[in-house]
Amino acid sequence: MERKYTEFLVLSAILAGVIGMMWLLNGSDFMHLGNFQSMAFQLPELGILSMAMMITMLTAGINLSIIASANLSGIVMAIILTQTISPEATGPGGIGLVVLAILAGLFVSALIGLLNGFLVAYLEISPILATLGTMILVSGMALAITKGYVISGFPPAMLAIGNSSIFGLPAPILIFAVGVVILSVILRHTPLGARIYLLGSNPTACFYSGVNNPQVLMRTYLISGLYSGIAAVIMISRFNSAKADYGESYLLLTVLVSVLGGVSAAGGFGRVSGLVLALIILQIISSGLNLMGVNTFLTVALWGTVLIVVMVIQSIIDRLQEKRRSV
Amino acid sequence: MIKKLFSHHETFVFLAIVIFSLIITFINPSFFTLENMFDLLKSYSLMGTFAIGVLFVLISGGIDISFTAIATITGYVIAVLLLQNGEQLNIVTVFLIAGGIGSLLGMVNAFIIYFFNIPSIITTIATLNIYYGILTVLSKGKWLYGFPEWFGKYTQMYVFKLHTANGTPYGLSVITAFWFALLLIAWFILRYTVLGRSIYAMGGNIASAKRAGFNLLKLHLFVYSFMGLMAGFASVIQALLVQTVAPNSLVGKELDVLAAVVLGGASLTGGTGSVLGAVLGVALIAIMGNGLTLMHVPSYWYKVVIGTVILISVGASAYRHKVSTRRRVIIEVE
Amino acid sequence: MEPFLSLKNVSKHYVGVTALNQVDFEIYPGEIHCLVGENGSGKSTLIKIISGTVHADPGTEITIAGEAVHGSQAIDTIHKGIQIIYQDLSLFPNLTVAENIALGQVVASRKHLVNSNELHRIAREAMARIDVHLPMDALVGEISLADQQLVAICRAFTSDVRLLIMDEPTASLTRKEVDALLQVVQEMRSRSIATIFVSHKLDEVLQVADRVTVLRDGKKVGTYPAAELNDEKLTHLMTGKKVTYLPFTPSQNSQQPVLEVRGLSKHGYFKDINFRLYPGEIIGLTGLLGSGRTELALALFGVHQPDSGEILFEGRAVQFHSIPEAMRTGISYVPEDRLTQGLVMNQSVGKNITLTILDFLRNRFNLLDQRKVQTSIRRWVEEFAIKVPSLESPMQTLSGGNQQRVVLAKWIATNPKVLILDGPTIGIDIAAKFSIHETIRALANRGLAILLISDEVPEVLQNTNRILVMHKGRLAGEFVTAQTSLSAIQNLIDHPA
Repeated sequence: MERKYTEFLVLSAILAGVIGMMWLLNGSDFMHLGNFQSMAFQLPELGILSMAMMITMLTAGINLSIIASANLSGIVMAIILTQTISPEATGPGGIGLVVLAILAGLFVSALIGLLNGFLVAYLEISPILATLGTMILVSGMALAITKGYVISGFPPAMLAIGNSSIFGLPAPILIFAVGVVILSVILRHTPLGARIYLLGSNPTACFYSGVNNPQVLMRTYLISGLYSGIAAVIMISRFNSAKADYGESYLLLTVLVSVLGGVSAAGGFGRVSGLVLALIILQIISSGLNLMGVNTFLTVALWGTVLIVVMVIQSIIDRLQEKRRSV
Repeated sequence: MIKKLFSHHETFVFLAIVIFSLIITFINPSFFTLENMFDLLKSYSLMGTFAIGVLFVLISGGIDISFTAIATITGYVIAVLLLQNGEQLNIVTVFLIAGGIGSLLGMVNAFIIYFFNIPSIITTIATLNIYYGILTVLSKGKWLYGFPEWFGKYTQMYVFKLHTANGTPYGLSVITAFWFALLLIAWFILRYTVLGRSIYAMGGNIASAKRAGFNLLKLHLFVYSFMGLMAGFASVIQALLVQTVAPNSLVGKELDVLAAVVLGGASLTGGTGSVLGAVLGVALIAIMGNGLTLMHVPSYWYKVVIGTVILISVGASAYRHKVSTRRRVIIEVE
Repeated sequence: MEPFLSLKNVSKHYVGVTALNQVDFEIYPGEIHCLVGENGSGKSTLIKIISGTVHADPGTEITIAGEAVHGSQAIDTIHKGIQIIYQDLSLFPNLTVAENIALGQVVASRKHLVNSNELHRIAREAMARIDVHLPMDALVGEISLADQQLVAICRAFTSDVRLLIMDEPTASLTRKEVDALLQVVQEMRSRSIATIFVSHKLDEVLQVADRVTVLRDGKKVGTYPAAELNDEKLTHLMTGKKVTYLPFTPSQNSQQPVLEVRGLSKHGYFKDINFRLYPGEIIGLTGLLGSGRTELALALFGVHQPDSGEILFEGRAVQFHSIPEAMRTGISYVPEDRLTQGLVMNQSVGKNITLTILDFLRNRFNLLDQRKVQTSIRRWVEEFAIKVPSLESPMQTLSGGNQQRVVLAKWIATNPKVLILDGPTIGIDIAAKFSIHETIRALANRGLAILLISDEVPEVLQNTNRILVMHKGRLAGEFVTAQTSLSAIQNLIDHPA
């Protein structure tokens, strides 16, 4: 109880501080609605991918293949969207195709998720290794299909997903919000969610308590795969293209976001609300720095520093709490 | 005897190498030529040097993926030095400078991991980003090239020289010899020094190591700065091989090196692994890559093959482990 | 003779807790001195102070071999001749026997190079000192627990040890192995090595000790020659209470067994097991470690599938292919290892209790009904009198007894008809033990059929109406508790027909 709330407060404080700092440094540029809107368009991909990473970390695992899955999904969707109809197609036929493409993409990412789940749950391969293997395999397949080229030119119905706004809110943000709600419900209000947390902390005790560990893990990695697929939908829509190696730097970012948001690498702890806060903090820092003209790479370096600082603080707090409690 | 041989992971990797080699040679005999082998040894000295450092970290129970960023930084430093004061340097000083800076950067990892108890995967993810970010900004993304002549000569230097039918020289490159020397030193450390055995101990059970009086701080510092040292050396090797230094040539390859070392038998949980295994792992990756090229398989299939091999290898060893632990509970029923 | 180690006026205070309060302690060379006390008595703190892991409060006088001492660290203690073998042995499973024994000394001697000949030599010398032979190059992770125990002791002998502290050394050993170990401990006496033996197994304590020091609530109750003590006296000294057990008789008189096992066999685990379990009964299942008791229990719980024989539940033949199947039928199993198998230690009480009944706490949309969850948690905490500061407290902050109550609660929540308890009071204080036994009896009186598996024959005698003894996978005998005695059962265990 104590730790969860302290984390939340720390994150909220950081958020407030960061907003304040960015405002000071950028003035009205920062607080401009346009700025928030552009952040709102970029944030959802990373957010959904982070959720894909988070759920596997909750089970004391990790999913290194989320970006590769998203890319392969995207490529499959792109192929369907570009081969079968002309880019200008609109109307019910066009939308039907977009739906078909999306279903195909989600199917692919779900399949990869199931493969990961099988390797981790039934073969009991360490998640780092299993998802490393699938990552390399899947990105290889993506490369083999595209031969390094970019596939682009999607129908307007597809582009609308990533670029339109509904009541002033960008569609991706809405998709992201729905993703947040669904994952929260799963984690906090379903038996599966409760089992995920406990399995992450102690799979042996779960086994002896009647939990079907392999099934829980399969579902975890399946959900992770599906979320990768959803991220892919937004990604290819925003960029009107798909390629084999988009977003490779995102992978480490998703771990950063999860850990910053309170997900324990050892499993068993972490809330979606924390992740969302961490996401917003990072996005604000990134936008703010961007406005100041700071190089994106320096931003990334900064995120690394923020992560270490936060974990150092947490470690110090933990140690102080232990000293107080120890017998 | 045979059973003991097969209880070692390395045996399987060796068999895999043999099988692949046979298949490849069958399809393209130019694979199994000395010329090709020496060439492979030269180009994979880079991955091989990284692998030594990664091996030490894995045995100690940790993981480090920041080494490519460390290598990129050291690479840039020596590149700048070579371009500015090239004539005043020699190969030894270049290696020393790169290694020294690499060690220092590696020590940063050790401090954070040891003093604040932050998991090594997360620490090194962070430092990877920090180092890479700072480097990219400072280097402005520029490629550096145009090194002094003496620097370029090393790629053509051989320990012993042979000639092909049409007179092209080839042989065991000094770069490869350097890598071999590093392997020997690493092997010696792990096998015959207290330090080396202590690393295994720490990886096997860190709590026991603490209780038994091992100096965990010293071990952490050694392992991560050794990784940094190897990263530094590797960056020089890279510079020698391609005669350029670029900001993004190394970063992104961390997981490939990790995969090679794990293929060779090192466990992610620590306490196991050997230099022989790491070499075999790198060799397997090298042979597969080379083999695919020689069999005229398009390069995009490379990753598919590597990924599949990793999955099969890791799956098989996990399955073997599962079966062996299950068999242990038996009661002598009357 | 001068004592080797003498502590006077040892105190240790933590915030809000007094772990030790003005305790005196001394031990002579060659003496085997047992330290006993409940959890929270201060005995682990005392050990930590002696081994240098923890510093005593000012005002403490510590004398080792005649020299006054101030604040040591791990290596220093080793140089003074004090070695401690922890309960978990602190070995390196990935290193060989020789390396485990010798490496510590090599590190302490600040050498840089190591060669296997030297390691072998050091190991051989250590083994010779206690007259054991172990395979030098075997990986410690692959040898038996008893052999690992010996490796740990050999390691202590690589330096000039004068005081050996052993913390619960016999926890997972079979009777034969325990005897062998106690024999080794006796050896120390002949070498003038003092031994502090910490154990909660009173029979072993009385078997091997010269003197016994009893701690209670941080204070020393007294030091007594072992010859003057017996089980009852010792318990009384440790707890300050007299704990008397009334014999257990089932309150129900059912004609139909709820569980019947006929000719159950599994190759390599157990053979030809037959027994019946009636509602309201508590049947004890005892025998040596490795006799197949837990394996039998796991076969009744769906973890192992028997090769032949039948299991009948309420008259119907059943087969359990998984734990959920066994649970659905109405069987619950409380595992031996509370910390890894029974509970998720770093998660809350609430999460642990509801783990087994999650599917039953759903609302119409198949989501968890939080109100039902909270009501459920509160109900079980109350019913089992679980003492917690808050329902969110992680399990590791609870006492052993309360932890076990949580395990019981989570299984009773599934409304079982058969409850199998495997070593339910291991590592629990005597007073809390009594309390749990009362709870178990109450459950039986409610109609549950209980199978109580235990190493401790007294526990089985006190709380059951029938006793089964297993030996090497077979049933060696069945007793009616009221008509048998400790010696009869112990006899059958040690000398099966």
